[in-house]
Amino acid sequence: MLNYDIVVVGGGPAGMAAAVKAKECGVDSILVLERAETLGGILEQCIHTGFGLHYFGEELSGPEYADRFIQQVIEKNIEYKTDTMVLEVTADNKVYAVNSEDGLLEIQAKAVILAMGCRERPRGALNTPGTRCAGVMTAGTAQKYVNIDGYMPGKKVVILGSGDIGLIMARRMTLEGAEVKLVCELMPYSSGLTRNIVQCLDDYGIPLELSCTVIRIHGEERLEGVTVAKVDENRRPIKGTEKYIECDTLLLSVGLIPENELTREAGIDLDPVTSGAVVDESRQTTQPGVFACGNVLHVHDLVDYVTLESYCAGEGAAKYVLGSAPEKKYISTKGVGGVRYIVPQKVNLNAGEDVKLYFRVGRVYKGASIVVKYNGYEIMRRKKPRLAPGEMENVILKESELQKFAEGGLVEISVEE
Amino acid sequence: MIYDVAVIGAGVIGSMISMELSHYNLSSILIEKFNDVAMGTTKANSAIVHAGFDALPGTLKAKFNVEGTRLMPETCKRLHVPFKQIGSVVVAFYEEQLKTLQTLYDRGIENGVPDMEILNREQLRELEPHINEIAKGALYAKTAGIVCPYQLAIASAENAVLNGTDIKLNYEVDKIEYDEAGKVFSIYSGEKEIQARFVVNCAGIYSGKVAELIGDNSIEIVFRKGEYMLLDKNMGYLANTVIFQCPSEMGKGILVTDTVDGNLITGPSSIDIGSVDADLSTNADVLDAVIDAARLSVPEINTRNVITSFAGLRAHSPTNDFIIGESEVNPSFINVAGIESPGLSAAPAIGIYVKDLIVEKLGAQIKENYEPSRKTPVRFNEMTNEQKKELIEKDKRYGRIICRCETVTEGEILDAIHSPIPATDVDGVKRRTRAGMGRCQGGFCGSKVVELLAREHGLNLDDITKFGGNSKLLVGKTK
Amino acid sequence: MTKNIICVACPMGCGITVEINDSGEILSVTGNTCKRGDAYARTECTNPVRSLTTTVKVSGGTHPVVPCKSADALPKGKIIECARALRDIEIKAPVKIGDVVCADILGTGVDIVATNHCPEG
Repeated sequence: MLNYDIVVVGGGPAGMAAAVKAKECGVDSILVLERAETLGGILEQCIHTGFGLHYFGEELSGPEYADRFIQQVIEKNIEYKTDTMVLEVTADNKVYAVNSEDGLLEIQAKAVILAMGCRERPRGALNTPGTRCAGVMTAGTAQKYVNIDGYMPGKKVVILGSGDIGLIMARRMTLEGAEVKLVCELMPYSSGLTRNIVQCLDDYGIPLELSCTVIRIHGEERLEGVTVAKVDENRRPIKGTEKYIECDTLLLSVGLIPENELTREAGIDLDPVTSGAVVDESRQTTQPGVFACGNVLHVHDLVDYVTLESYCAGEGAAKYVLGSAPEKKYISTKGVGGVRYIVPQKVNLNAGEDVKLYFRVGRVYKGASIVVKYNGYEIMRRKKPRLAPGEMENVILKESELQKFAEGGLVEISVEE
Repeated sequence: MIYDVAVIGAGVIGSMISMELSHYNLSSILIEKFNDVAMGTTKANSAIVHAGFDALPGTLKAKFNVEGTRLMPETCKRLHVPFKQIGSVVVAFYEEQLKTLQTLYDRGIENGVPDMEILNREQLRELEPHINEIAKGALYAKTAGIVCPYQLAIASAENAVLNGTDIKLNYEVDKIEYDEAGKVFSIYSGEKEIQARFVVNCAGIYSGKVAELIGDNSIEIVFRKGEYMLLDKNMGYLANTVIFQCPSEMGKGILVTDTVDGNLITGPSSIDIGSVDADLSTNADVLDAVIDAARLSVPEINTRNVITSFAGLRAHSPTNDFIIGESEVNPSFINVAGIESPGLSAAPAIGIYVKDLIVEKLGAQIKENYEPSRKTPVRFNEMTNEQKKELIEKDKRYGRIICRCETVTEGEILDAIHSPIPATDVDGVKRRTRAGMGRCQGGFCGSKVVELLAREHGLNLDDITKFGGNSKLLVGKTK
Repeated sequence: MTKNIICVACPMGCGITVEINDSGEILSVTGNTCKRGDAYARTECTNPVRSLTTTVKVSGGTHPVVPCKSADALPKGKIIECARALRDIEIKAPVKIGDVVCADILGTGVDIVATNHCPEG
């Protein structure tokens, strides 16, 4: 049995930032466990730029952003193991992991930071009718084939879903010589960033069709085509709008799901909306000493926010280990009237600093206001020119404000048009 | 060379017959048109071992079902195939269906089905807490169970190969001739030829067409299509037994059950689609109807937890019975046709029956030292921590997890690639190891499995297919 | 003339309105929330540019390709051409972040640099 103060599950941007912060806060005994061959997580295959503008003030590619943290992990002598899969986190913060060199690892941790990231929703979850031929894959899988392995998944492409990965892959496939015939989106708006629609689709003349979906997949062995159709306000296909598109590849960018199997098996409470753990402002879950950050907690739009959130978790875990965590006196947070969720779901009134509440809205709003209420009383109102489900918003609860709240209180955020 | 026996079709029936034959001193070959065994009806069905009360007394279905189900536990144990004898219930939701339960019970007694019991609504609710509360009662049959059908086919075919049977994949039989004496068959696929003294036709939905190749036009097969939905393991708690509704003319109706892997499965629809186009596509309206019907049994079923849907074709004979025996055209040509439900349950019994038929004609003797089993497949996920430790110490490739969702190791995938019937495509690895069968459906591990297949078979990544033929996953290098 | 464009300088995606007179001079830029937005809008109306990210082939490395980007923005009209040109380039491992994989691509004066390491392997 090994002993560490902090075990970090996942060596992507979230895990690395959390480990770096915990080390800076004075914890020496840290072990990062990463299932891939290298540190860096999904950023290694995200070779486009756009990462780090908020945090580093530079436009970096995914691997460059990851490298900034990999270098810090190395400089700070933080231990890590790659090609190592965590199998279980127990109720007493024991971590079971496995790799080829060490075999089965049994590690007793004082604190655990969960940073496993997320996975893509597969075809099966959509239940799209048709055949089960080759040539249908998630956009992220295609991204790995193209950017890491150097192989093309196909030459004539339709993309279902206008999430950022789908948009990025539309451009990527085009640059590698493929023809992207259509991006179709079930919803009446794109869940991707506006700038990606401009620079990944508009720049290359790739059509984006909203309120449209793939209703049938054709092809015996390899994909031969898809039938798309417009959908009504209940997302049901409209008869008579069917259109057959010949293609050899269908890429799916239809949502990301936090990978919380370990969290669930540990018995930690999950938020049904985020599919991530319920946490407080230090990103501590309902299991004492277990923290969560990054896309395993909720799906982020920008890695910069992942970094900031992971610093919270790293600091929280360090304080927990060092015994300097403040006494708990919680209020809860709740998204209402157009706000789908808020992270963190709980705030400690003894946090001792300003607390940022991150949230997402359920649809596109123009010229609406974000309203924050404490126990029904409005405490903040901010006008926003545009709100969209694809973009994470935040409000800050000032330390001075927290002082005025009482334990058990409720902070609600809503959108008012 | 001239084989003693050629078995056409490597589904569960052909594989079981080949296995039984391989224990005798005769030469045999198993022929399959697809890139792997278990590629037809065997890989897409309900995976149920039926108790045996459905078929009418005196039919081959009744006889082989009851006998096969009796043999199943031992067969699966010997071959290391997942099987769980969880029992089944046929549920009466309406007053008038209670009579049907009694009819089925009486038929079961006549067919020789052991361990049946009629449950009242309280007993049923105790057994199945999530059953629709309108349920009035059920016929409970304890010998029914669930099995992994493609594992059963793979395991028995592997056993046959271990005992000296040759296997020929990607061999689509298009012509069969025999000599004047009618004693030696030539089985062609294009230019290729295989010779054998006996032919066993286990070609599933194509068994009618294969019989026609020797001029036997007596077998009519209709493709009966069934669509299914597979739900996440977190839904497995909804059924403890195999939950049937009262049967109709088109079959046993929509069932709800666990799979041996702990997922929940519901289906099949039942639609005859002729006998030409082997259409395996799924359809939105059909799947909607399946879910609606499943909710009559278990109202809590939720489509949000569907991880995949699929379709299978059953070889339905209008005679409503299995067709097993010598062809009228040539007695050395044995038809094993029209094997729809309860074909999987019947497979072990059919295997022995057909083997006996041929062994007697050939006067073959049982081999003294035949291999009764196969190498135990490693299932890392099911091991204790101690076993895991020991295993990785012996071979560190079992320490590298490739499929995260199902916790499948590199060692297990390499075992599948180098097994007696090597997995050569992604779906073949999936059926043998479960890699890619979990929640992410191969999103993460798919590319790693492709890499391992390419490396081990000495191929490029873009040579690797999903299921053989032109089902390539990649179309070339980017640069 | 008024031109409405969406700023791609950062993920904010601000909607910017540019007023241009008949001789093509920019009279005003509104709607941007930072200086980069102003600059973006001005170049977008006169000489639109984009950065390029793709991969180049590596020999003798742990991976068959290494990612790269244009060190500065390239003329928008030349992006596809540059991506095509980079398909014919092969570099040798080891590669480090920032290594120039193609200098002055197609005479644009812009270098293409590696954005990840690729050790020998």
